Amino acid sequence: MGSNMAECHPVAFRWPMKAKLNGAKIIHVDPRFTRTSAVADFHVPIRAGSDIAFLGGLINYVVHSERWNKDPFFKDYTVHYTNLATIVNEDYKDTEDLEGVFSGLVGYKEPDFWPFNGFLGRYDNKTWQYERGPKPAGPSTEEIIKKRGSFDDLLRSLRKGTAKTDPTLQHPRCVFQLLKKHYSRYTPEIVEQICGCSKEKFLKVAEALLENSGRDRTTAFAYAVAWTQHTYGVQIISCCALLEQLTGNMGRPGGGIMALRGHAAIQGSTDVPTLYHSIHGYMNAPSAVRPHDTLRDYIAAETPPTGYWANGPKWMVSYLKSVYGDAATAENDFGYDWHPKILGDHSHMACFAAMNEGKIKGACIVGQNPATSLNGTATRRALRQLDWLVVKDNWLTETATHWYLAPEVKSGEVKVGDIKTEIFFFPSTQIAEYDGSYTNTQRMLQWHSMAAKAPGDCRTDSWFYHNLAKRLKKAYAGSKLPRDEGWNKVTWDFDPDPGEVPLYPGEISALKVLREINGYMTGNPKQHLKGFGELKDDGSTTCASWIYCGCFPAWDQNLTARREPDPPGVPGAHLKWGWAWPANRRNIYNRASADLNGNPWSERKRWVWWDPNFVNPPDPKTGKKVPNGKWVGYDVPDFTLTMPPSHKGNPDGIIMEPLSGTDAYIMRPEGKGWIFVPAGLVDGPFPTHYEPHESPVQNLLYPKQQSSPVHKVWSQGKPWNPLAAAVGDPKFPYVITTYRLTEHYLAGAMSRWLPWLSELQPELFIELGRGLAKEKGINNLDYVIITTPRSHVRAKALVTDRIGVMKVAGKTIHHVGMPWHWGWMGLSTGDVVNDLTAWVGDPNVSIHEGKAFVCNVEKA
Amino acid sequence: MPEPMGFFTDTTVCIGCKACEVACKEWNQLPARNGGVGELSGDSYDNTRKLDGIHWRHVRFIEQFKGPYDGRWLMMSDVCKHCVQAGCLEVCPTGAIIRTEFDTVVIQSDVCNGCRACIAACPFGVIDINPVSGTAQKCTLCYDRLKVGLEPACSKACPTDSIQFGTIAELRTRAHKRVDQLKAQGVKAELYGADPQGALGGLNSFYLLVDEPEVYGLPRHPQLPSRHLAKSSTFSAASAAVLGVLALVGLRKRRMDEMGGGGGGGGGGAGGQN
Repeated sequence: MGSNMAECHPVAFRWPMKAKLNGAKIIHVDPRFTRTSAVADFHVPIRAGSDIAFLGGLINYVVHSERWNKDPFFKDYTVHYTNLATIVNEDYKDTEDLEGVFSGLVGYKEPDFWPFNGFLGRYDNKTWQYERGPKPAGPSTEEIIKKRGSFDDLLRSLRKGTAKTDPTLQHPRCVFQLLKKHYSRYTPEIVEQICGCSKEKFLKVAEALLENSGRDRTTAFAYAVAWTQHTYGVQIISCCALLEQLTGNMGRPGGGIMALRGHAAIQGSTDVPTLYHSIHGYMNAPSAVRPHDTLRDYIAAETPPTGYWANGPKWMVSYLKSVYGDAATAENDFGYDWHPKILGDHSHMACFAAMNEGKIKGACIVGQNPATSLNGTATRRALRQLDWLVVKDNWLTETATHWYLAPEVKSGEVKVGDIKTEIFFFPSTQIAEYDGSYTNTQRMLQWHSMAAKAPGDCRTDSWFYHNLAKRLKKAYAGSKLPRDEGWNKVTWDFDPDPGEVPLYPGEISALKVLREINGYMTGNPKQHLKGFGELKDDGSTTCASWIYCGCFPAWDQNLTARREPDPPGVPGAHLKWGWAWPANRRNIYNRASADLNGNPWSERKRWVWWDPNFVNPPDPKTGKKVPNGKWVGYDVPDFTLTMPPSHKGNPDGIIMEPLSGTDAYIMRPEGKGWIFVPAGLVDGPFPTHYEPHESPVQNLLYPKQQSSPVHKVWSQGKPWNPLAAAVGDPKFPYVITTYRLTEHYLAGAMSRWLPWLSELQPELFIELGRGLAKEKGINNLDYVIITTPRSHVRAKALVTDRIGVMKVAGKTIHHVGMPWHWGWMGLSTGDVVNDLTAWVGDPNVSIHEGKAFVCNVEKA
Repeated sequence: MPEPMGFFTDTTVCIGCKACEVACKEWNQLPARNGGVGELSGDSYDNTRKLDGIHWRHVRFIEQFKGPYDGRWLMMSDVCKHCVQAGCLEVCPTGAIIRTEFDTVVIQSDVCNGCRACIAACPFGVIDINPVSGTAQKCTLCYDRLKVGLEPACSKACPTDSIQFGTIAELRTRAHKRVDQLKAQGVKAELYGADPQGALGGLNSFYLLVDEPEVYGLPRHPQLPSRHLAKSSTFSAASAAVLGVLALVGLRKRRMDEMGGGGGGGGGGAGGQN
């Protein structure tokens, strides 16, 4: 669901096809019958944007099924490994109580200093918390911060009382009962009404899912951006996570959720982030609008006191040592005050909204083609407000040429002479033209070597930023201004060592960067860290990204360069192929692949298990004997290796001390997977069906709450982001979804210029059903005009039965779809489909709603 | 002598990604039609439409639907069949088309005079003139790669192993197993060209199909051109006349090449395109 894996991840799709040959069933739930549907065992068409109704229907089906209630596996898994038995405090009110909103909904007002956050509302999640015993005694967090106490004391002060549970699942406020109530109206009939798929098809999926979950069998979900690009995208994924935990599929071989990332190294770009809101290893970025005044304030605000995340101070201090080097000391909080702080939402659309209002003066556009993305008309208008623009790409993309070739310039609406932006173009290398690592969707780092020299002056992105940084360091070197102190203290040492020949003049040493990311002993950079377990919060270790710690465990040991597959006939964790974070673990939360006693749930699904007879060597530090017993298996166990399944945690402890031998979800503060999400998501503890921002139908479940109450709308009321489509607006009667094709790549810079790819899909098209084509007198290959409140585009019609009509809430709704790869440059050209999309998005991650909106279609 | 080698294409696992088309073009340095600038064909996701002198691999898309979302979408990567009894080889007047030590059929571009006889003779419509060389061209089963122990570019690139490369004996065993597996699942699956007693002595590129061959654009009874000669004397005479003319063209061409000291590619191309 939410993925067209065969088309968009054809290489990875090798494995589902292998599984199919071995007897696995592939089910494709998608508004379109795609190349994935073509090889699936069955395809279930649902209306774009109705995924939570479908998944909620599956949840409702599962909890009321005989199998789930009778087979002890499901209760064993969920009661012990998830928070299904946890009791939620009595002030919590569900969407079923409040007609579509959760308790804690408050208004949102944009702050003057950065009014580009877009929230329509906000939740205070106080009422979503567990019911807890008394908070352990001890000094308060404020006191510890004030006297600059130790990080461990700080964590101790953050402890909450133990959460109350009811393992019988009978308590009316336990998560299970709340869950049952929350999804009670998601019946097969309502799924049919909202999703537009037949009840029979839905039930076929539900039966297959349940039948294929349990001790002996597992079910996996694969999703991609068709789940993220919604005003409730994170909740769709969360809903799937809920279902996978409920059915005991998480942390087990063949189970879980595969997040198919859109690009070979996009996983890497969030791990070692180009994201504004997180720093390396998914630590939250220090923020001026959060209580982050000092390092201890930051840790108090961002670190749970228990569970593995409670090691955060070690990761943060080691990260600051990497940024500021010798200048980072315990006395100056390791340079924390120098670290930049965010002011709010600085994501793509927020920045382009700010750019439109003249708040951003210059932009570097690298590896991206925004002139063809997300409400392209507004985006190009924003680009025209800039003083300067740098575009670094393989070709002169639409972003580099918008000033003289954009549709609004060609139509005369915008005069070239009125654009004051100075635009610089830097030719770029391709991936095969340099050394480096990329991280794939499996969290696996693979080193690659240069295959060919780049032509002419093409340079890498690292070359660009490395040399920019060096010049900026030089420019600010003399400054005594306090605001420049941080920049002047940043260490920047990526020039190749003497004797190492750079790939291009002025190029960095890529190995040196990976070494810095892996980390080393501060006193001896040649002594690499072997894993994040070695990180310290006293400055003695330096590590840019804790999750990558261990990929380069010795000066001459780059594990990402390994290429040794497992031999045929073994389960195939392939631990010697590249290196996967964390700790080279291929399947996370894999303690859950064993039962409460540490034995595999079944022989067929063996992955990691407790070996009680394993003879452990004595503790290297104390020399003391370690009792027998260890977690072993095909994969790197995701658990404290010598903690027996019978271990009882110390409820008064911090970090891992309170966790027991069955607390499989070690990253969660209580060691349990979150079926109910008390914190972390801004739009609710349970996924709930809302309609997209633009929808042809009313929300059937919550007529008073059409869309998510807290989703984002940027530039609301501004002429460049018109949102005029009312619910069921007859001017825009059709549901439209946008997508990619195998033959082209993203905004086209890597495919539309290549003859071999361009001839395969030479022109933009719209896929529409025969019914709509007949109604509108459109023949195959006719030009049609597609209109939304933002803009209109022209495309050729591809009339097909692979997309079509659906019966939704008693209405007949036509569904159409358009690939969005095109622009006016390159060999294969076409209108910019993203000119149709709006600046509305998800409140958690600020991604736009490009997968479900409404439009009109007319013959041109 | 190495064993006969070839392809087994299992269409049931083809995802229509066209990696085979691109890998073929990249390895063999074949140009895109009109430099890559083209128009949408309107025929499902197929925009290259057929095998020809610059498309040695072609992925066919067949939409079979009774109504919205109600049907199936078949995909098949097509290529030269490397027939055991090859019509092209039979008619080639210049001896440009040879059978290799791998039992594959290869057109030697430097010997081809562009006479087009093979184009007419191929029962599968595989061959055409490559406008760059001016000679008749088609899949070589990556003869150059086979010579150095590499598998052909297309099968190497196929992510789902829809295109499988190997010895014909091994591929046939695999193919029969797969048919049995599909039949057990209730799928109507048949092999096309796997039978050494069948048409053209068997095809060294054979297929697993789930519908009639015609649906995939494959002739049910592919025949050698010489069969037509035997059937009807009038037709035979006409064919002989055509072949005679072609042979003359071929001879003339060869003589021209000899006189011109090579560079025949362009001339042949011009002739071929008439």
